[in-house]
Order: sequence, then C-alpha cells, then structure tokens
Amino acid sequence: MLFGFFMGIRNNWKKCAYCGGCVGVCPVQALKLNETRLFVDNAKCINCNACVLICPVGANELAPDLKE
Amino acid sequence: MEHFDVIVIGLGPAGLAACKTLAEKKISVLGLDRKQEIGPPKRCAEGLGIAWFKRLKIKPNPEFAVHKIFGAVLFAPNGKSVILKSKKLQGYILERKIFEKHLAIEAAAKGAKIIVKSDVIQAKRESGKVLLSVNNGGEQKQYSCNLVIATDGIDSLIARELGLNTANKLVDVDSGYQYEMTNISGYDEKLLNLYFGTDICPRGYIWIFGKRKNTANVGIGIGGTQKETAKFYLDKFIASKPGLAKGSIIEVNVGVIPVGGFLENMVKDNLIAAGDAAHHVDPVHGGGIGIAIEAGQIAAQVAAEAVKKKDFSEKFLSKYNKLWYDVRGNELKKKVRIRHLLENLSNEDFNYIAESLSIEDVMKIASADLDKKSRFAILGKKMLKRPGLAKIMLKYI
Repeated sequence: MLFGFFMGIRNNWKKCAYCGGCVGVCPVQALKLNETRLFVDNAKCINCNACVLICPVGANELAPDLKE
Repeated sequence: MEHFDVIVIGLGPAGLAACKTLAEKKISVLGLDRKQEIGPPKRCAEGLGIAWFKRLKIKPNPEFAVHKIFGAVLFAPNGKSVILKSKKLQGYILERKIFEKHLAIEAAAKGAKIIVKSDVIQAKRESGKVLLSVNNGGEQKQYSCNLVIATDGIDSLIARELGLNTANKLVDVDSGYQYEMTNISGYDEKLLNLYFGTDICPRGYIWIFGKRKNTANVGIGIGGTQKETAKFYLDKFIASKPGLAKGSIIEVNVGVIPVGGFLENMVKDNLIAAGDAAHHVDPVHGGGIGIAIEAGQIAAQVAAEAVKKKDFSEKFLSKYNKLWYDVRGNELKKKVRIRHLLENLSNEDFNYIAESLSIEDVMKIASADLDKKSRFAILGKKMLKRPGLAKIMLKYI
C-alpha cells in the first residue's frame, strides 16, 4: 500500500510465554505457534483484538503493519 | 513412509492416555509432540481430586503426587472465609512434569511409539488416510495413518486443518497466570486457598495450592475480556499479601483455559479431538487433568473400534461424541450455568454468601447433581434478604 497502512498483530517475544492462548481464540487462524516462536499472518488478520485481550501477559498488540 | 493405525498429536495427559489405551488394545500408535520434552512447560495449577485417581485407576505415587490436600478455603472480598472439608474434596497437588513423564513411560511400555520435538507442519487427507508432514528436529518426515487423535491443546491447529473448527470464543476462555513461589507463608498448606472478588480478580478467582513446605502454585484465572492482564491482577494481589510478597518466584506459568463452550461435534472423517483441543475443562474451577485423561481414553476406545471395523468416517466416529457426553459432557454442560452465576456475583454477594451459608449448603449448591428446586430449597429464605442475588440465582441456576 502506498497510502495508509493496515493494522496487524505485533507480538513482543520478550513478554510472550508461548502458551498458545491467542492461537486458540483466533477465529481466522492468522496465528501459529511452534515451540519458541509465534507466527503472525497479518494478511489473514481481521483486527478482532481477541488475541490482544486474552493474552495473560499482554504480549500482543494491535499496531500498524508497516510491511505491507 | 511409515504407517500407523492411529497417530496422536500432542502428548499432554489426554494424548498420553490415548496412546496407552490404544497400545493396550494392540493398535499400532504413534505419539508426536512439538516440544522437546514431555511435561514442561506446565500450564496448570496441578490439583487432582481423589475421585479422579480412583476413576482413572492411577495410584497417587509420591513421585508425582507430591502434596495431599484435604479441602478448600474460600475467601470473600471482606476477608471472611468459609472452610470446606470433605472426603470428596480431598486430592493431591501433582508435580505435573513428572506425572506426564510417568504417563509417557507407561504408554511406551505398553507398545506406543513416542517421538518428541516433532512439529506437524501439514496434515492432509488422501484416499481415506491422513498424511502428515512432520519436522522432527530439522529433519522432514512423512507419516500416514488411518486416524488422527488431536490432543494438541488450546492452540490446536491440526483439528482445524482437518476441518473441525476448535477455535474458542473469547467469552468462553479464561486468561491464566501463575507463579510457583517458595519461601512464602500466610496460607493454609493443607487446603486449596481460593480468593474471590471483582476488584482483585474479575470473573474468576485467585488460588494458592500448597505443593511443598512453604512452596505453592499461586495463580489467577480471569475472564478473557478484561482490560488488564492476568499478570497485572496477580502481581497486585501478591504485593498486597506480605506473606507472598517476601517469597521468591521459581517458575512462571502462563496459559489460557477453555472453560465453556463445549463442542457439540468433536469428530470429522479420520479425526477425533480430546483434551483442551476439544475444550474438555471443568467450567467452574477450570481444572482439566482428569477430564482430559478420561476423554483420551474414550477417544482411544472408539478409535480401537474404528480400526477393527476399518471405518473412519465421521458417522462412525461420532460414537465418541455420544460416549463422552454420556460419561462426562452432560454433567459439565450443566456446570456452565454455575460458572455464569459466579461470574455475575458482586463483592457484596460474595460477602453475603460467606456470612450466611453453611459449609454443607455451599457444597450442595456447588455440586452439579442437584436440580433447580432443591437448590432453591437450600437457599430459600436467605436469598429473600438479597433480592439482587436471588435474581441472578434465578437466571442461572
């Protein structure tokens, strides 16, 4: 996108405990977890904020996705 | 490509129970786990009631059943407490990492093959079978099987990949955070210590489960839609209790708990889901070890029949739905209402209940086997004094 940007999920790996709770509430399977990393597919993300609200440690935030 | 009758994905209590049960029935079974070790990280307060030990025929081996519990003490927001002690409430606090290893060793001894550090990258159906691409410590491997048992926890994607939507609604999950703390005091080591109150813990409770001398799991479960994080509320609580604040944290445990919204259908062609992946958790207290093991066993039972009949269709496997709901699901579903009731209580309601109800009353109300009428008979006149509370009760009991 030249003008403007999309919002997406940004995961703070220093806070993240890789518990997978956010994956469990993601309605569109935009998140995937392996043992030490949370993968976010912002192309699928619908900005519903569920993963931000559920995170027990506040590791996820909704932020401009500048890669687009 | 190696072929197995059944592949179990995710080796927590449910998965390991399924492996063991299948191996006992001489079914070829492979268990895969993404982690490089069975057991950790624990996402659990580690309590398991005596009834479950009996039901599942597990002996409370002191190697993993490290601490005996004789009941619970509930703290209302005003500090008033109710002590509940009964045989029914007895149980053990587990060292779950050892417990799970123990289950794995038992399953393997029966003949199940277990591989850790195996991340399933892709699962697809092909001519009546399921093909799995697995990353095994950097090495790509292919397995095929007739049936997948998905026990891969709350973040289960395997089931979703094979067409069963196991995603949770935000209102049906709790956000959990826990410290294993040592050198702490000010709690009853022989009881489950539970703290209620909308300020300290909105839509949930804080627990202290003694595990060893002066060492305990101190944790919180709150509703998934709260503004602050579970960590925020727990840190605040610990700071307010000098006996805890002076302690040291030796472990941080984080997890999300599927406390409601049971799946009507937990099977698809070539697929059965059990444990957290199928939301198998008690809606009131959020415990799930026993329920998961039992579900794993039921899943394995149906899987074994499917292997014998060579029928892996959704239609045949749906037997599992019926079996699980008959044995456990229907009872748990009733308890969802009790959770909704608890979630709607105000601080004053909690205080009032703690002051006016006897221990026996609370025990009776909390058990799922009472009908509406007898619950009200117990509450009766007491509720008349608090119409607001009676209204909530009417709605949810």
